[in-house]
Amino acid sequence: MSGDAAIRARVGDIPVPAFDTTPVTIAPPLREARVAIVTTAGLRSAGDVRLWQPTDGSFTVLDAEARDVQLSHFSPNFDRTGFAADLNIVYPVDRLNELAAAGEIGSVASRHLSFMGAQADSTFSTILLDTGPAAARVLREDGVDVVLLTPV
Amino acid sequence: MLARVFEAAGIATVGISIVRRQAENVKAPRFLHCEFPLGRPLGRPNDAPFQLDVIRRAFSLLSRSDVPIIEDYPIVIDDEADEPASCVLPPRLDLALHPAVDEALGLRPAYNRQLLSTGGRTAMGRVGGPDQIGALVARMVQLGEGATLEDVGFDADSVRAAGQDIRAYYEEAALALADHVPAARQVETWIYTQTETGRIIRAASRALKEGGAEQSTWYYLLPGNQA
Repeated sequence: MSGDAAIRARVGDIPVPAFDTTPVTIAPPLREARVAIVTTAGLRSAGDVRLWQPTDGSFTVLDAEARDVQLSHFSPNFDRTGFAADLNIVYPVDRLNELAAAGEIGSVASRHLSFMGAQADSTFSTILLDTGPAAARVLREDGVDVVLLTPV
Repeated sequence: MLARVFEAAGIATVGISIVRRQAENVKAPRFLHCEFPLGRPLGRPNDAPFQLDVIRRAFSLLSRSDVPIIEDYPIVIDDEADEPASCVLPPRLDLALHPAVDEALGLRPAYNRQLLSTGGRTAMGRVGGPDQIGALVARMVQLGEGATLEDVGFDADSVRAAGQDIRAYYEEAALALADHVPAARQVETWIYTQTETGRIIRAASRALKEGGAEQSTWYYLLPGNQA
């Protein structure tokens, strides 16, 4: 079994809170939409050398112009050379700029956000009730209509 | 989870999923499932057309309200952990040094080349930068020989961070030594099966485990499939 297959088998059925409904918002036409990236890769701004901890449900705000972001996820169990070679593999800021320049999306947010995935169960409530809504406010203040979510 | 919060706040979302069962369980509104290597959710590094195709397919789900939706990207990319990257290791330069320390110092020119090519972006520097690589590896040598975390000045957090610093240094050097970006996990396998320092990290993890240290100190020193 490959490295990834073993991890997928192990984490695939980690229990998640049960939800009866799925909230949904319909985006404006893409060519008018302002788009942000929210990643769970555990990215931090340059100079912030802290490793993200498994019980930390907070988020970081990343300047959309910055390219010297750090991958600070605590887990060693995924490939990191893709990100080392090309940050767009996780955090596709340059691709969004290209789509905006081509008129396929309206604009790119001035800031993007990162949480860290692979969190402990105890962090779910924090994200649902506290840091998640706070992140939504940051995005709304920037006029964001659409979020592209990326994992590692 | 985040998708639910954002949608409830009036922001439409589409997620790239990389573990399908999790995407199914969380019932987020819209997922494009990409069976790509963990750590590479956009698929192929330095391949803008491929990455754009992934994003466009994800965005095509935004107009859908028949949620939850999971669509599968038609191309599968697997990791290649069974094939170590082909990277030349430096010759012994200073026989007075431990082979792992000597090797790490010998990789510095490759690390520096990679640093130049990324405009200075590096994942190293949590507990030590490139100037400290020899000292970091030397502390791992001591752990492998039975020293305690306290003996070598680490705690549970800093030993994990040191493991990540050393790995980042070797990964970034490997990218300069390879003539292309290796497939996912190939560099990881190179580090932990082909290099002196990889063997030292494995020994350090094993010694901490056998010495009764907390799991959080030794388990995260290297990828689980390389232990």
